[in-house]
Amino acid sequence: MSRISGGQIDRSKTLRFSFDGVSYNGHPGDTLASALLANNVRLMGRSFKYHRPRGVISAGSEEPNAIVELRTGARQEPNTRATVIELFDGLSAQSQNRWPSLKFDAMAINDRLSPFFAAGFYYKTFMWPAAFWEKIYEPIIRRAAGLGSLSKQDDPDDYDKGFLHCDLLIIGAGPAGLSAALTAGRAGARVILADEDFCMGGRLNAETLEIGGVAGADWAAKTVLELAALPNVRLMTRTTVIGAFDHGIYGAVERVSDHLAQPLPGKPRQILWRIYTARAILAAGATERPIAFENNDRPGIMLAGALRAYANRWGVAVGEKVAVFTNNDDGLRTVSDLKAKGLDVTLIDARKGDEVIDSAGRLGLKSITVRRGNGQTETLQVSALGVSGGWNPNLNIASNHRGRPIWDDSIAAFLPAPESIAGLSCVGAAAGAMSTHAALTTGAEQAVAILADLGIKASADVPKAEDAPLNLSPAWYVHSGKGRAWVDQQNDVTVKDVKLAKQEGFVSVEHLKRYTTLGMATDQGKTGNVLGLAVMAELTGKTIPQTGTTIYRPPYTPVAMGALGGRARGHDFKPTRHAPSHKWATEQGAIFVEVGYWLRAQWLPRPGETTWRQSVDREVLQTRKSAGICDVTTLGKIDIQGTDAGLFLDRVYANTFGSLAVGKVRYGLMLREDGMVMDDGTTARMGQNEYVMTTTTANAVPVFRHLEYCRQVLWPDLDVQLISTTEAWAQYSVAGPNARKLLEKLVDQDISDAAFPYMACGNITVQGTRARLFRISFSGERAYEIAVPTRYGDAMIRALVEAGREFDAVVYGTEALGVMRVEKGHVAGNELNGQSSALNMGLGKMVSRKKDSIGMVLSQREGMTAPNGYRLVGVKPVNPSDALTAGAHFLAKGAEAVAANDGGWLTSVVYSPHLGHSIGLGYLKSGDNRKGERMRSVNLLAKTDVEVEIISPHFFDPEGERLRG
Amino acid sequence: MIINHPLLGPRDSQEFVYLGDAALIHRPDGMAEGALDKFIDYTYLRDNPAGTHRELWYHEQGDRSWLVVTRNTVTHEITAVELARDVARTEGRSK
Repeated sequence: MSRISGGQIDRSKTLRFSFDGVSYNGHPGDTLASALLANNVRLMGRSFKYHRPRGVISAGSEEPNAIVELRTGARQEPNTRATVIELFDGLSAQSQNRWPSLKFDAMAINDRLSPFFAAGFYYKTFMWPAAFWEKIYEPIIRRAAGLGSLSKQDDPDDYDKGFLHCDLLIIGAGPAGLSAALTAGRAGARVILADEDFCMGGRLNAETLEIGGVAGADWAAKTVLELAALPNVRLMTRTTVIGAFDHGIYGAVERVSDHLAQPLPGKPRQILWRIYTARAILAAGATERPIAFENNDRPGIMLAGALRAYANRWGVAVGEKVAVFTNNDDGLRTVSDLKAKGLDVTLIDARKGDEVIDSAGRLGLKSITVRRGNGQTETLQVSALGVSGGWNPNLNIASNHRGRPIWDDSIAAFLPAPESIAGLSCVGAAAGAMSTHAALTTGAEQAVAILADLGIKASADVPKAEDAPLNLSPAWYVHSGKGRAWVDQQNDVTVKDVKLAKQEGFVSVEHLKRYTTLGMATDQGKTGNVLGLAVMAELTGKTIPQTGTTIYRPPYTPVAMGALGGRARGHDFKPTRHAPSHKWATEQGAIFVEVGYWLRAQWLPRPGETTWRQSVDREVLQTRKSAGICDVTTLGKIDIQGTDAGLFLDRVYANTFGSLAVGKVRYGLMLREDGMVMDDGTTARMGQNEYVMTTTTANAVPVFRHLEYCRQVLWPDLDVQLISTTEAWAQYSVAGPNARKLLEKLVDQDISDAAFPYMACGNITVQGTRARLFRISFSGERAYEIAVPTRYGDAMIRALVEAGREFDAVVYGTEALGVMRVEKGHVAGNELNGQSSALNMGLGKMVSRKKDSIGMVLSQREGMTAPNGYRLVGVKPVNPSDALTAGAHFLAKGAEAVAANDGGWLTSVVYSPHLGHSIGLGYLKSGDNRKGERMRSVNLLAKTDVEVEIISPHFFDPEGERLRG
Repeated sequence: MIINHPLLGPRDSQEFVYLGDAALIHRPDGMAEGALDKFIDYTYLRDNPAGTHRELWYHEQGDRSWLVVTRNTVTHEITAVELARDVARTEGRSK
């Protein structure tokens, strides 16, 4: 065991966990990384490209190496960072990217072959033959260079989304964040303090520094207690603010249950918060960066601050004999803290010209080679090496809106540019204020200034703390040897790769990143980016700011897809709308189809029917023979009222509406301004200034939006009011020769042909209940649509079925509806494809040129009116036993099936039980002049090639005698 | 984004549907001489400024107001939100 004294772990409790099948013990307060180190496990993974043995290098979310598969079964999660996995009893983790085992990885041969695997290797090598890329090269490369694997099972956990509002969001609960929170909280502001760790305090938990005479960690704990008692402060641990969005909105992921074996009953695994802020403070601290030297990636070599954190916070010594390689005074803290813990520590101070030039140890560090400033080299037997090349402020979120960071020579790092994001202030190490005193002071002072802006009085009360300078002398990589020195360990990018990128002209940071993959993958270059930039700067003889800057997009750390999806998955992916007859139809065993959000009955099988065609044929034949009932509630319904309602309809419909008499219905054709058909439907004039418009089901929402646009934006002074009544009325179509007789049994008024002729409408009652009746037909039969308030919808379908019993009436679904409309040659969704004009649909004469209406002018454009354009035609197979295929294209007989010979296509195809064969509608070039012509209808995908005859689209009752009665 | 609705106060942009350039307010008269050319300009030609842009938004998950939002397309800063009806009237639209 390499546990040493101290630390914030609860040694009174033991947690059992396993890594690669081996059981170990840890304590509450441990991370997987600290617990593994405590058990002398340094080897935690294999690298991405070379399969090099790797261990942990950090103690936080920046970890590039120690990434594991966590949990098993459906909850298995790849690429989780061992440094931020909170240990729980029963935790099980597996290493990744190795086969057959972590200690012996066959793919480590890549490391021997490294000269071939330099940057750009894949692009250069797998170029030829091109056809091999997708099928052969890419799958092999992906397998070899993969990270973790997916469980391929459904995620069993729930994820929630939540919304929060505050005066001040503080991102990060280190000394700067706590100081700001305390200042703002005491002043009464609504504060949210979020930190990705499970324990607030940030670096204070990893240090032996004092604040106000007490240990930093104790001061943090005391401060958190005070904040927790303030009702205006919300403390959010295990919460990562992932990005800054517009207008003071921040995204945050709270890991509610990740520290448990599985979520407690009724609890989500994670919550994606959207936080609306008046102002925000970024107090995210800083991330240490390494110095590159030959073989600097062995398990046991880590950041100096991390080595210290494991000792101070987790009571773990990574080795008895350790060394520290630093170019700044912070590294000296690691030396003194580890010495205080009784370890044997050697200092290699780059500022004195001392350097680590190589390391040894196949699966973990055994020794390092040091070259002293006087040129002498020596080998030190150590099992751990802490490296510090300085600290990079965590400015990631401050650059989310493309604010370019500014280089600061005093700490040799980028600082967030002021005003990078409106309303966001940066404090503490995130703003380059590196001492504890500076963190506390900037946090409190910024909070006071922000609250003053918000009209809240606050005062700063800053306790005493150290204010030592960093004393950093830049050192990026050690110029020695021919081996590889890693810049970005996660992507196996070395100093050599950066040199190669420069040599091949990929000098700009954007090119460097894409050529070498520097800064990609789960850690997004948190430890490697600035180092890579510095190497390139040196190679090109420029300064770092001249070379470029790196900015960051959200998210700050990886986010589970489940958190982004929230509850919107599976059945809840979208809402489901049920038609008023849904319950009745379900009782009948109806088959439903999704139409937008709606579920509509597609057909209603009866006992003995074994295929859908049997049901649909019966529904069609019985409707045409006697009567059929269909739920048409899903069609959009819009009440239009006002003294200018008629004028308004004349503007939005291409055909004339001003002349429509009260009590009458008219078919209306609605165009877009570009002249294409937008939608069609009927509009009924229920009163002098009162109309009811119907739309197609799919366009109910867009049409309503369009009408509001016309009314408010184009003609703001028209006296016209709109309201959508789609869900207010349950509407049923009753069609067929006995439709009137059926309805007469239910309605209280005279609906004889004299009183209620074709295209009549009116307000009526059904056994005393108010209702609307429209004599309109989509099926070509004598037909009515009757509407009752939605709450009577279920009663109404049952009453209609009961009344229809003596006529042997059927209820039909959307398939039969479709068959009957194709038989009548009515256009529907397949023809209203957004690329078709009224002329294409054979409705060109409906576009009135005597009035201005939306789309009228542009429907007359050249090209739209070309005589050889597409026209709606009817199509039947020459051989009645041939089936047509929707989507098939028309070709002249003998013409080759190539695009140049394309004559048009079949839009809708049904089997007509009356005609006994397949029929279709389609768009055919010059189709209006080609009736009687024989062509081929070819579908290369379905491999059909059918000889067809072009006929009128009106297959059934072309004179319309049946619907007039 | 947050759109400060003139009637309802600050609302999340997710409640809105975006249409585009507020120049759409100025629909030409379809019955006038030369209407075809004017409609082609009106329907197809748009400025695409990097900077201040007046655009139409519809509060679909709200009160159904069409709004004219003045937004900087580079920074997303919103400097004015007006009812489209008021803007249209001011700019000469009527019946």
